[in-house]
Amino acid sequence: MRHAAWWAGSIAALLALDFALPRLFNPYIVQVVMLCGINVVLAVSLNLINGFTGQFSIGHAGFMAIGGYGSAMITMHAGRPWAAALIAAGVPAALAQAGPLLLGLVGGGLLAAVAGYLVGLPSLRLRGDYLAIVTLGFGEIIRVLILNIDAVGGARGLPGIPGWASFFWVGAGVLAVVMVSRHLAHSTHGRALFAIRDDEVAAEALGVDTTRYKVLAFVIGAFFAGVAGGLFAHYLSYLNPNSFTFLKSIEVIAMVVLGGMGSISGSVLAAILLTLLPEVLRPVKDYRMVLYSLMLIVLMITRPQGLLGSRELTLAMFRRRRAATA
Amino acid sequence: MSEFLQQLVNGVTWGSVYALIALGYTMVYGILRLINFAHGDVYMLGAFFAYYAARAIGAAANPTPALALVVLFAAMLGCGIVGFVIERAAYKPVRRSSRLAALITAIGVSLLLENGGVLLFGASPKFFPQIVREHSYSLGAGVTMTNLQLIILVVSFALMLLLRLIVLHTRVGRAMRAVSHSHTAAALMGISVDRIITFTFVLGSMLAAAAGVLVALQNPKIEPYMGIMPGLKAFVAAVVGGIGNVPGAVLGGLVMGIAEVMVVGYLSPTYRDAIAFVLLIVILLVRPAGILGKNVAEKV
Amino acid sequence: MPAGAPLLSLDRVTMQFGGLKAVAEISLEIAPGELFGLIGPNGAGKTTVFNVITGVYAPTQGRIEFEGRPIQGLKPHAVARRGITRTFQNIRLFGSRCCRDNVCIAAHQHAEAGLFDAVFRTGRFARDEARLMREASELLEVMGLSPWADTLASELPYGQQRRLEIARALAGRPRLLLLDEPAAGLNPQESDQLMHLIEVVRRRFGLTLLLIEHDMRVVMGICRRIAVLDYGVKIAEGTPDQIRTDPKVIEAYLGEEVPADLGAGA
Repeated sequence: MRHAAWWAGSIAALLALDFALPRLFNPYIVQVVMLCGINVVLAVSLNLINGFTGQFSIGHAGFMAIGGYGSAMITMHAGRPWAAALIAAGVPAALAQAGPLLLGLVGGGLLAAVAGYLVGLPSLRLRGDYLAIVTLGFGEIIRVLILNIDAVGGARGLPGIPGWASFFWVGAGVLAVVMVSRHLAHSTHGRALFAIRDDEVAAEALGVDTTRYKVLAFVIGAFFAGVAGGLFAHYLSYLNPNSFTFLKSIEVIAMVVLGGMGSISGSVLAAILLTLLPEVLRPVKDYRMVLYSLMLIVLMITRPQGLLGSRELTLAMFRRRRAATA
Repeated sequence: MSEFLQQLVNGVTWGSVYALIALGYTMVYGILRLINFAHGDVYMLGAFFAYYAARAIGAAANPTPALALVVLFAAMLGCGIVGFVIERAAYKPVRRSSRLAALITAIGVSLLLENGGVLLFGASPKFFPQIVREHSYSLGAGVTMTNLQLIILVVSFALMLLLRLIVLHTRVGRAMRAVSHSHTAAALMGISVDRIITFTFVLGSMLAAAAGVLVALQNPKIEPYMGIMPGLKAFVAAVVGGIGNVPGAVLGGLVMGIAEVMVVGYLSPTYRDAIAFVLLIVILLVRPAGILGKNVAEKV
Repeated sequence: MPAGAPLLSLDRVTMQFGGLKAVAEISLEIAPGELFGLIGPNGAGKTTVFNVITGVYAPTQGRIEFEGRPIQGLKPHAVARRGITRTFQNIRLFGSRCCRDNVCIAAHQHAEAGLFDAVFRTGRFARDEARLMREASELLEVMGLSPWADTLASELPYGQQRRLEIARALAGRPRLLLLDEPAAGLNPQESDQLMHLIEVVRRRFGLTLLLIEHDMRVVMGICRRIAVLDYGVKIAEGTPDQIRTDPKVIEAYLGEEVPADLGAGA
């Protein structure tokens, strides 16, 4: 019963925000909010792999690309006609698009999940740095493949993707990934992931099938990266392989590391901060990347555990502080 | 057949450049278990330092071997200093941290060098002056070779031999090998681990600089992002040969160079970059320790 | 399994790393309910025997049977599922987790709620979690760790860390428990307490124990039978009294000197 109320409330809140946001703020701010949301999904999904399970995955942009292009293919070829038929039958546009978009997003996510499985399974017996390089290589291979496939536009990019992703969808994506991560973290499966991060040998000796769980982390992380890609595609209505370079992967890693590996709220916070940062640094655009790289270096030297370490931001923290100052 | 031989010549030439860069990766990995992402960018800096040095001493106006060598040494010296600074400022503080922290620091340094390069040198490509006049020689059987290729081969192998001499027949080299086995044991033997690590970085950076100059001789267009791809490929080469293994880096470099040239020649230029990753995946699936590498299992 | 059959048997097990034979042609039989000791000088191969039994390594040669079924070559988590768990010589706790979580993780194989249940928080998940937490708390109680249930494992005092290692190994509900130097670093008083606790645990859970220890008092005191390894080879096997006076054993530990006997005056 409690769950049903929670679901209903969340959907209502998202719909309300979806309505209010474009009407209260100018398009630039809305765009920043949307990009924040997409980056949050990316960061929290990577946190599952890097933070919870301690695996070095540095090709996350590849999963995002698969989700983006995959979902676009689904909506452009199957979704559009379906939505058009519904609209012709009198269904309001937003509702008619909902089904096809959901199909596209989930489909893109599943494609990315399959990729996560294919990448994860053979590579997970490799040592940490080797896994990093393989995931890097995977990300690059995906990008090169996309560049060479004309059906998805190749180097020219893919225009004309239905722009159905409103704040509701981005918000739903954020809620989904945060919920799944949180529920996992406080379950026996999540504990298995943390155990693998802390001491893989001991975890294995105590009955945890470490390979299965590492692959699981990859698959779930890849799924949500794919969903983020789908949201990205259906918000911009256009995709270009240059959006999915190694640099994009690094940006997501930076978010997870800044937030604190293993902390969901840390990833959320850092994703928002690092999405806002380029906007704030726009006046010094030329120095942006230099400052960014300096930030990474200084962060690793001075505070490698990031903002929150592996702890979560809780209301209790604020209550305690208020009590202390009372 | 003659085309195959020609490709082979080209491949070995490219391969020796990859080998020079790969040596830096492998030495640093052997001694620190760190993938120095910034290494490819040191290669880029080598080309740029040489560019400015060549312009400063007017090496293109009157090309002589002596001036060309001065340019080479200037680049190697410059990058040696860069390597020193990077190691001391960025890598030493994170030596005790987790491996992921070190990896991210390396990525940060790489980004810094690239984007710093854009700020300092400008994003548009520069053209490396012709400090050596190009001639072609026919080797018979339809195979030609330029003197630039010859220079690349000779200089690369000379440097590699020099490195081998240092690693195998000097006290410093012995210390390097000791540190790559165990920091603690080496320290107990009275070796200054910090100095050896710095020395390794400097050495690797100088080799990368030389590679940058040699490539710039043949491909004069230089720009701040030119080190990314060769760096990645050289790293894959080091892995293929067996990371941490010095002869392995040379072998891996040659394999990478030949494979790349063959793929471009017989398949298609669009797959030029992809072949590196295909090689990587193959070697990691089939023989993760690399061709000449040894698998070191974790003690339980 | 027929009565009188050994719980665990090693048949000419050899473990070779390149040119080094860490363990050479070891044969052992451990009866159900036994408290069996494995001793020998440092580097004799004792931990390697553990590693081979628990599947960290697949033996180069030889067979290992547990409850009548072969287990050599199985991966460690599969061996754990068959009913063999272990502690480690160098403590390998999950440092970022609290004690209760450490124990819960080890009960992993006995969790019933699947992934779907966990993500969507079904009733089955809630019941399963409650059960796991309850059982973990009980185990912590038995091992005297209840005051530290919510403390991070990395913040525990050393003696408590050793106990947590054992609590974790017990959470897997093993029938055979391998303890690798459980008393290492403990003073004689702490060692006595630990040994008493182990005996209590053994009887309460009906365990068979295989114990590596250097502390002779401990080994001679509680083990019914002992095997002695030296340079990867079993040089003696028998009761504590037999081992104590076996000249081969004395020589292995002390070189050519021949004192009265080992472990006397305990």
